[in-house]
Amino acid sequence: MVNIEINGIRIQAREGSMVIEAADEAGIVIPRFCYHRKLSIAANCRMCLVEVEKAPKPLPACATPVTEGMRVFTRSAKALEAQRATMEFLLINHPLDCPICDQGGECDLQDIAMGFGESESRYREPKRVVPDKNLGPLIATDMTRCIHCTRCVRFGREIAGVPELGATGRGEHTTIGTYVEKVVSSELSGNVIDLCPVGALTSKPYRYTGRPWENRSHPGVSPHDCLGSNLDVQTRRGRVMRVLPRDNEAVNECWLSDRDRFSYTALAHGERLHRPLIRQGDAWREVEWQTALEYAAEGLRRVRAAAGADGLGALISPSATVEEGYLAQRLLRGLGSGNVDFRLRRQDFAQEEADPRAPWLGCAIADLEDMDAVLLVGSHVRKDQPLAGLRLRRAALRGARVMFLNPAEFDFNFPVAEHLVAAPAAMVDELAAVAKALLEIEGTHPPEGLAARLENVEVHDRHLAVARHLHAAQQAHVIVGTQAFGQAEFSALRALANLVAHLAGAGFGYLPEGANAVGLSLAGALPRAAEPAGRHAGDMTGQGLRGVLLLGVEPEYDFADPAAARRMLDEADFVVALTAFATDEMKRWADVLLPVAAFAENEGTFVNVQNDWQGFAAAAEAPGEARPAWKVLRVLGNFLNLEGFDYMQVDEVREAARAFAGEVEVKAATAWAMPRWPAPGEALQRIGYLPLYHVDPLVRRAAPLQGTPDARADIAWLGEAAAAALGVADGARVAVRQGGAEVVMEARVDAAVPDRCVLVAAATPQAARLGPAWGPVEVSAVKEAVAS
Amino acid sequence: MNVITRVFKSLFLLELLRGLRLTGRYLFARKITVQYPEEKTPLSPRFRGLHALRRYPNGEERCIACKLCEVVCPALAITIESEEREDGTRRTTRYDIDLTKCIFCGFCEESCPVDSIVETHVFEYHGEKRGDLLMTKDRLLAVGDKYEKEIAAARAQDAPYR
Repeated sequence: MVNIEINGIRIQAREGSMVIEAADEAGIVIPRFCYHRKLSIAANCRMCLVEVEKAPKPLPACATPVTEGMRVFTRSAKALEAQRATMEFLLINHPLDCPICDQGGECDLQDIAMGFGESESRYREPKRVVPDKNLGPLIATDMTRCIHCTRCVRFGREIAGVPELGATGRGEHTTIGTYVEKVVSSELSGNVIDLCPVGALTSKPYRYTGRPWENRSHPGVSPHDCLGSNLDVQTRRGRVMRVLPRDNEAVNECWLSDRDRFSYTALAHGERLHRPLIRQGDAWREVEWQTALEYAAEGLRRVRAAAGADGLGALISPSATVEEGYLAQRLLRGLGSGNVDFRLRRQDFAQEEADPRAPWLGCAIADLEDMDAVLLVGSHVRKDQPLAGLRLRRAALRGARVMFLNPAEFDFNFPVAEHLVAAPAAMVDELAAVAKALLEIEGTHPPEGLAARLENVEVHDRHLAVARHLHAAQQAHVIVGTQAFGQAEFSALRALANLVAHLAGAGFGYLPEGANAVGLSLAGALPRAAEPAGRHAGDMTGQGLRGVLLLGVEPEYDFADPAAARRMLDEADFVVALTAFATDEMKRWADVLLPVAAFAENEGTFVNVQNDWQGFAAAAEAPGEARPAWKVLRVLGNFLNLEGFDYMQVDEVREAARAFAGEVEVKAATAWAMPRWPAPGEALQRIGYLPLYHVDPLVRRAAPLQGTPDARADIAWLGEAAAAALGVADGARVAVRQGGAEVVMEARVDAAVPDRCVLVAAATPQAARLGPAWGPVEVSAVKEAVAS
Repeated sequence: MNVITRVFKSLFLLELLRGLRLTGRYLFARKITVQYPEEKTPLSPRFRGLHALRRYPNGEERCIACKLCEVVCPALAITIESEEREDGTRRTTRYDIDLTKCIFCGFCEESCPVDSIVETHVFEYHGEKRGDLLMTKDRLLAVGDKYEKEIAAARAQDAPYR
């Protein structure tokens, strides 16, 4: 520690820290534009000039390291004069358009000009004008307002890992922009809106609709990924205006992914369901809650009487809250059925009994930064959980070996030490080869049943490298990623990843789909979580149900096999759907549609992968008659005359769910059990990649996100060999067939896709008509009609 | 002595006459009573009456939806909603002034950076239903269009002092 003195106050500062950091810690305000605690130091705005004893000129506080006995004056005549002069220079070219600027009211330049500037301008000459850039559907630009602090440039380079923005030109001719005209495609791009100290980069969906002083902040939790990013939902007159990050160093630091930031735009979507609907023959009738719930209870009771309790089942969104999951499973079990599941995208339920209590990460999210080696299996972590990707990127830049085993060579914005790419069925052999290499290094015998399998497995250099990195690392972790969960080989991949972690002495965990996979597991929304036990999602869709309760799900998008899910619903006698959006598809098979609150309108708890129970209250009013789903389930329980459905507050349900979960040992690793070994087929395999802007009903309806390049859904990616065999060129039209359905898509030839595979994303409007996301598929070239 | 003075004063009705002298003075003085509504008093150019939204001479509305009037209004009488218009400019979609709340302080006019919201010299208006006193954007613009000449003249007169 170093002793320094700022404005006569003695403080202790960390050695090597800058004056501005010490001042911030002591609560002494120094004006700044370019300095940001999460970014590197640029010292180019000169706003933080302070007087330092014995220094001939004022020094920038953000770039002056503390030294023993240093005496700093931030409000001396010399410092104030320097700050006033800097402010005058900054305002030379800054337009006076605060009244129409969206930053007005939360603008650093506005605030600091009030505090440190002159009240009169001496500048009479014409001001500079810079043309605006088109950065896509998320970020609006007014580049004339830019003061060249380069925070956005540094963010792109240092945090997001996509150096898309940069400064060109010198002096007064400096402009910030994309070097070539293109839209920004980072999954974290929205953070530059918060970083920009002026109104040069603002939010496009929020543009001109509000002012910061009229918004009310409500703490919330992200409903889109398993990290549970903390956010501030800002509302005005009961309507969500925008979403901002809320600092939480343990989860999202001060960042937020674009998906979390802009998904609120779907809350006002035209498909929102406002009043309960019941089917009357082929027509739909709007009814009161009382009638709708009586009708639903009556229907479920009728199905149970006719088909038995096992004919009933509940399929829950993996982003439902703990309370919703708990009440749904209690409701089903109260009716005598254990058919309740949220693992809708999973195909492979073999070794279900080997699942951990909940799919935890196995370490703290912040610990990902400190890992020396990480192996991710089936993960495009950068897109799946953007803020976990950010942590891994930081680790990789520090020198950690971040390695992947993926069904296609996904792109990453950090150095990947080893990227094992294999067709989905061959991924098991790749992982087995890593395990074999580790066994050789350790000199131990393979566990029960594996020895025979390993004989046929060849160990290549790349497998040895992965094994060595994991083995040599002080801190190592093996993670089963979101993309792996849907694969037909999930159980084998999981078992082997677990084994690899065990052999390497590494940690083991998951990054599951949805916001609340952990919470729902703990709340018992699983077929084996309590008595009576029931069937899992795969069996429910495969074998069919007579009565179905759906919670926040769009089956044609959210199931492993949309075709099978649709068949199951068409054949069911009675379907109750709790949903925020009503689609024509739902009206085809549902009998009751109950409107529920979405995202910021809802209240409840999400449990993230590091087992934080994060509760949140409703920030906005749900439209029309829509109610939080936990209340609907609670009253439905009353109508079914079930016991223990007398909760008055959401907290009571949370406590009940917590009591149900009991004392939990947070441990994702499980004991070895020999998995079923997949047999690689000759057929073309579909890679059912889950794209980030199609993961749940809310995101799929967020218009700004759907306008980004990442949301493109009508592309079939083919490997070079497969494309040559089919006679398909880049950009040609291909027909993708699964089951009876055929979809015409644009073909892209990409070496990242392995042989005999085609990547057709899941959960897209195109994929909704196809079969299983991962499995055999037929692709053929479409003969273009020759224009006459 | 006192008794004599009092008797003298009351005998000759001196106090009554002193009062009547004042009355008499006003009886012959120039009258200042205004025969409203046939006659009207002159109004200051700063008079704060009915609100109006002004336009530029080319017909474009002045308001840019900066919402300063909304936030400065001590009676919370103004409600604004805004969005980006097709031509990319910042415009209101809703601009309501609830005259039953308004206290005619004139802060809205003072805060306006583009002289859009103004208070005119019009004070003779009424409402027969409650909703009549809710001025919407269209009605405010209509008031502005109707009295633009007078508004501009009043602003010009007051300009040296602003």
